[in-house]
Amino acid sequence: MMLSNPAQPNQDVAIRLDALRRYFGSTKAVDGISLTIMRGEIFGLVGPDGAGKTTTMRLLTSIMEPTSGKAMVGGFDVVNDAESVKESIGYMSQKFGLYQDLSVIENLDFFADLYGVPGKDRAATYDRLLSFSNLTPFKRRLAGRLSGGMKQKLGLACALVHAPSILFLDEPTNRVDPLSRRDFWRILTKLHRQNVTIFVSTAYLDEAERCSRIGLLHEGKLLAVGTPAEIKCLMRGTILEVTTSSPRTAVTLLKHEFPADSVAIFGDRIHLAVENSELSMNDVNRILGRAKIAVEGVRSIPPTLEDVFVSMLAETNGSSYQLNISREAGKLE
Amino acid sequence: MQQLRFEKAVDVTNLEKRFGSFVAVNRISLTVNRGEIFGFLGPNGAGKSTTIRMLCGILTPDGGSGTVAGLDVRAQSETIKQHIGYMSQKFSLYEDLTVEENIDFYSGIYRIPAHKKKERKEWAIGMAGLERHRNTMTGFLAGGWKQRLSLGCAILHEPPILFLDEPTSGVDPISRRRFWDLISDLAMQKITGFVTTHFREEAEYCDRIALIYRGEMIALGAPRSLKSEESRHQFFDVSCRNPLVAVEAVRNLPGVRDAAAFGTSFHLSTESAQVAQEALGFLHRGAAPDAVMEKIIPSLEDIFVSLIETYDKSHQGVSEVNQ
Repeated sequence: MMLSNPAQPNQDVAIRLDALRRYFGSTKAVDGISLTIMRGEIFGLVGPDGAGKTTTMRLLTSIMEPTSGKAMVGGFDVVNDAESVKESIGYMSQKFGLYQDLSVIENLDFFADLYGVPGKDRAATYDRLLSFSNLTPFKRRLAGRLSGGMKQKLGLACALVHAPSILFLDEPTNRVDPLSRRDFWRILTKLHRQNVTIFVSTAYLDEAERCSRIGLLHEGKLLAVGTPAEIKCLMRGTILEVTTSSPRTAVTLLKHEFPADSVAIFGDRIHLAVENSELSMNDVNRILGRAKIAVEGVRSIPPTLEDVFVSMLAETNGSSYQLNISREAGKLE
Repeated sequence: MQQLRFEKAVDVTNLEKRFGSFVAVNRISLTVNRGEIFGFLGPNGAGKSTTIRMLCGILTPDGGSGTVAGLDVRAQSETIKQHIGYMSQKFSLYEDLTVEENIDFYSGIYRIPAHKKKERKEWAIGMAGLERHRNTMTGFLAGGWKQRLSLGCAILHEPPILFLDEPTSGVDPISRRRFWDLISDLAMQKITGFVTTHFREEAEYCDRIALIYRGEMIALGAPRSLKSEESRHQFFDVSCRNPLVAVEAVRNLPGVRDAAAFGTSFHLSTESAQVAQEALGFLHRGAAPDAVMEKIIPSLEDIFVSLIETYDKSHQGVSEVNQ
C-alpha cells in the first residue's frame, strides 16, 4: 500500500520497520529488517533461538534503541517517541513479568498503576479481562500458584490492562502444553476480532500456521515474508513421503544417492525433497528395490513450513541442500 | 561398565504412583523395544515426569513392576541410574568450560575407566562434529552444536537407553534434523531413545508414541497409524475470507467438535462427514459464502486434542481446575 503523504502516517499501518539494525559488538542481532504490518494482522516472527526475535521485540517496544534504521509503532517513532509507543502497546515478555507473591487481581492492579489506568475504569476492565481469560475463579490466588497455562493467560491480561491497540508477545507459548496453547490461541483470535494488531514471535513452525502473515528470521535477517500459504509456494520442487518396512536402512541408502540434507527420517516415514517427483519416485523404487527393501508407498505431499525453512536456510548457508540441485550433482556425493 | 543382557529396553506393568490421595500415575503398562525411538507425550501435570522418574530409578513406584534395560525398577534402582543416559533441552553443560573440559567433567561423573577416556572423548567430538572447536568455550557454541555436545556427554558411558527431554526445542530446523539423524544412527546400534516432549515437531520423529493424560495412557501407536486409525473423527480444512468469523459461526453447531483458526483458513473437526457438509452449507448461507472445504489428514496435535477431549467427555465431573 502506498503512503499518500509521508508526513501523515497511514492510519492502516500498525508497525513499520525500515532497515532496522541492532549490533552487540560484532554480533548482528538484528541485521537490516524492513517490514510493514497493517492494523488487524496477526504477524508471526518465526525463527530458532538466537535468530534475533527477542531483540526485534525489544526494539519495537522501545526497550532498546536500534544501532541504525528506523521503526514506527502505532504511528510513533520508537526512539523519539518512546513514551507514546509504550502507552499504545501491550508487551508480554517470555517470563510474563508477573509477581509470584501477588494475587491475580493484585498483579492486574500493579500493571494498571504502571499504565495509569483511571481507578473508575478498573473494575469493569478486570471483569472483562478475567472472564476473557477464564481466570475469574482464581482471582484471589497467588500468581506463583497458578499452572503454566494460567500464568501465561494472566501475563496476557496484564499486558491488556490499558486496552492497547497493538500487542507484542515474545514466545508466549514456550514451555506451555498443547491444550493451553490452543486455549491461548483462542483468546488471541478473540482479540484479533476486536481489531487488536498482534505481533507474536515463536520458534515453532506449526504455531506459525495460525498467523495471518509470517516472517522467517535467521541470524538477524528476514528470509521471507508472506502468508503461510504464500511461503509454502516459495518451495521449488516437492516433498516425497516414502514408507518402508525398514526406514532406517532405507534412509542410509537414500543419503548415498540424494543430497544428504534433502533426506529426513520421521519415525516410520522418510521425507525426500526433490525437484522432479516422477523421476525421483522411480529412483527411490530402484535404489530400495536393489537392496530388497519393500517400499510400501511413495507419494508426493505438500511441504510443511519446516520443509520450506530448511530449504531456505540451506540456500543461505550455501549447503548442498537445494531443491533446484541437479540430479546428477546429487549423485556426486 | 558391565554388559547388560536384556530383551526389552523398557518393560513395565501397572506402574502406579500416588502422592497422598492424588494418583499421579495410574497403572501404566508399556513395552519399548531395543533400538526404538519412543515418544512419551502429554500435557503438563499428566504424569509424564513422574513416570520417567520411576523409570530412571529416582522414584520408587507404589504399585506395579517392571524392568529398564533388564534391571528391576524397584530392587535395582541404583544400578539403573548408572546405566541410563539423560539429556534435557536445558543443556547441562558448563558454559565457561571448553568443549574438551565439559567432556572430561562428564567422564569423571560417569567414572569412565582411564584407558577408555580418550577413545570416548574422541568419539563424542567426532559424533558432534566439534573437531575444530575442542578448545572453544562452550558458551560461544551455536545452539545446534551445544545440543550435539550435550548428547555426546549424555552417552559417554555407552548407556543402552537414553532419556531425552524436549531435546531440540528452540533450535533451528536444520540442526534439529541433524540431531534426529544422530538419534536414528544410535537407534540402529540398538540404543533406545525415550523422548518426552510437548512438541509435534519432535513427536513426529518417533517410531511409536504414547499419550499420557491424567495419569493414564490414552493412546499408543506409530504416528502414521495414530493419524489414520485412532481418529474416529473427521478433520477438514476450510478456507474462506474471514476464518475468524466462520469459526465462531460453526463452533456450536451440533456434531461439531472443534474449530480453530489457522491463518487464512480454519480446521474443523466433526463427528461425521455429514456434519461437516451441513456446517459448510450453514457457512454458505451466512457467515462465509466463499468457504471451500477439504478433508485433511489431521496433525498429531489435532489427534491429541481430540483424544483428550474425548477422554474428558467420558469422565465428566473430573475437575477441570489445575492445581
